[in-house]
Amino acid sequence: MSALGPSAQARPTAALLRRLLIDVERIRRVEERIAELYAEQEMRCPVHLCIGQEAASAGVSAALEVHDTAVSGHRAHGHYLAKGGDLNAMIAEIYGKATGCASGRGGSMHLIDLKCGFLGSTPIVGGTVPVGVGAAYAMRLRGERSISVVYLGDAAVEEGVFHESLNFAALKQLPVLFVCENNLYSVYTRLDDRQPARPLHRLAAAHGIPALVEDGNDAVAVYERAAELVDKVRGGAGPAFLELPTYRWREHCGPNYDQELGYRPDAEYADWKKLCPVERLRERCLREGVVDAAELKALQERLEAEIDEAFRRAKQAAYPEPGPSPVYAGNDPDE
Amino acid sequence: MSERTLTFAQAILEATDQCLAADPSVILIGEGVPDPKGIFGTTSGLRDKYGPSRVSDMPVSENGLTGILVGAALRGLRPILTHQRVDFSILSFDQLFNNASKWHAMFGGRASVPLTVRMIIGQGWGQGAQHAQNLHAVFSHVPGLKVVMPATPADAKGLLISAVRDPNPVVFIEHRWLHGVSGPVPEGGAAVPLGQARVARQGKDVTLVASSWMTLQAQRVAGWLETMGVQAEVVDLRTLSPLDAETVLGSVRKTGRVLVMDLGWRHCGYAAEVLARIAETLHGQLRAAPARLTLPDEPAPSSPALARAYYPSARRMLGEALAAAQHPHARDESSWPEPVRAELARLEALPADVPDLSFKGPF
Ligand SMILES: Cc1ncc(C[n+]2csc(CCOP(=O)(O)OP(=O)(O)O)c2C)c(N)n1
Ligand SMILES: [Mg+2]
Repeated sequence: MSALGPSAQARPTAALLRRLLIDVERIRRVEERIAELYAEQEMRCPVHLCIGQEAASAGVSAALEVHDTAVSGHRAHGHYLAKGGDLNAMIAEIYGKATGCASGRGGSMHLIDLKCGFLGSTPIVGGTVPVGVGAAYAMRLRGERSISVVYLGDAAVEEGVFHESLNFAALKQLPVLFVCENNLYSVYTRLDDRQPARPLHRLAAAHGIPALVEDGNDAVAVYERAAELVDKVRGGAGPAFLELPTYRWREHCGPNYDQELGYRPDAEYADWKKLCPVERLRERCLREGVVDAAELKALQERLEAEIDEAFRRAKQAAYPEPGPSPVYAGNDPDE
Repeated sequence: MSERTLTFAQAILEATDQCLAADPSVILIGEGVPDPKGIFGTTSGLRDKYGPSRVSDMPVSENGLTGILVGAALRGLRPILTHQRVDFSILSFDQLFNNASKWHAMFGGRASVPLTVRMIIGQGWGQGAQHAQNLHAVFSHVPGLKVVMPATPADAKGLLISAVRDPNPVVFIEHRWLHGVSGPVPEGGAAVPLGQARVARQGKDVTLVASSWMTLQAQRVAGWLETMGVQAEVVDLRTLSPLDAETVLGSVRKTGRVLVMDLGWRHCGYAAEVLARIAETLHGQLRAAPARLTLPDEPAPSSPALARAYYPSARRMLGEALAAAQHPHARDESSWPEPVRAELARLEALPADVPDLSFKGPF
């Protein structure tokens, strides 16, 4: 399966497991809090939660360095947070506040934090795939050792721009890692109703890009695969593609469960829920003594306190003053 | 023919159903067409009724599918393609602009493309820059495309039927906030001809030109104007391309004053075209400077605080209409009638980013 050969990874260190655990716990808890408070109608923008898919963000980000960049789409909270995006600024953005990461202009679907290399997420499917390739193009031309990560869903590969981008990335051997979270659905439409029966990652292989599949609900496995690919990409081997099968637990857009709609078989849903990426990592960390029960509880409480604080600040923050939008650079009000 | 009350969404569903029933070459395809939500209820049940070969979902491949449907249309089908947001259709501008719109002209009239593309526009709930655009001026700019923007359930039904029967590509634009609005709709296959505006309200003092959701706003403003002694005529364009200039000019010839109320941006926007037509033809007969109410030339912001300022408020609409009508109290709100001021205050106390209070997000 692997065009790159088997990984030469050592056993993950306790520090790494701990980092992954914190990230998946944190992302899960942030998303759960959004879901819990959404009914207050103070977060007045569409939200696409990644509950059930936290391992991808955590595992990939753990293999990156701060100067590496990432772009994403509509379901980006996890990608942003794991890359090091500011939690307070994200929550404030979802609340439409001036302190938001896009000053309230973007909402949940437009996250940015340049300090940690999160270049931006936008909700037009496939829209940031070429942007991430372009970042890699600049890295190459400027002789930098950074790499660019492009997060995409299984639907993005249906857009023409995906193929144009992969073609160019392969042609120029650019330092870009495509991370495709294949959660089997685009809104309510199954993968089988949109694509023929062929492994999705083979599309990348057809473009001459080494492509692997890894368990998208196992943060450690994701990390190990990502680290292997990141090494090669950073080393000048050209682009790589990682497909991560996973599953979204809640509705496509919004805070609720929607299993009652009937578009996803109950057995399929139940099987995937058993593979909870947070639960699996928690168990492993306890089993391997990375944390004990008391430490885990303390860690969770710390995260809850951090999240309490982010929501408290966001709720208290002022709304942006209406005024001219920063349409053109060079004469922005706050530049 | 008998009429019942339907919502705008039900009217679209009924028109589509009738088109599929009447003509076996009609097919319906779009992201989410057969899904549990059925494009806001406008396609619900059609898959079961007409089968998966005529009513289907599609890959997230807007440009490819548009071109594929151009080919299918050339070879005898009459496809209806839907986009849940106009913003997604942007990926298909190549096929729509380069092929669909030009095929007839660039091959000397030897073939045509009977393709209907439904596009949903909207505003609110923080959707922001890439999910709340208004691009009717862009489509209207392209020769060969017809552009339709109904305001009422009856027109939604009648214009969709005409769009499907038309031998040309037709862009059919629906405002999301209209989907739940009810009105009388004739039962049969009552087509409303493309290219004909509708005088939605008669008046002699000022003409308000609008389309789609803005027509409802213009009618509300006209009601307030009446209490202030101004009789406004509301022209609902219904079809933006080709523009029924005669109806617009006829009204403005009578009133000598005009405010074009448009959902889009200002610069090179649709309102600019309407004003240009008026200026070219009626420059000597105007009694006041023709005016337009548009969005500012900025992407839509997400924050409710910014969105409230971005979209013209009812107060602003009334003020602009009064100014266009040369009303002495246009800029003096304290002289506006108490019931109007009370109504404006009531509206301003409501959230501006939802069509009504039953709306709970996310979309
Ligand atoms: C160009 C475009 N077409 C359609 C949409 C509507 N849409 C928003 S999210 C989405 C599903 C995308 O599925 P996938 O890429 O698998 O990501 P997931 O939602 O599963 O995370 C679609 C079709 C869009 N935003 N952009
Ligand atoms: Mg998906």
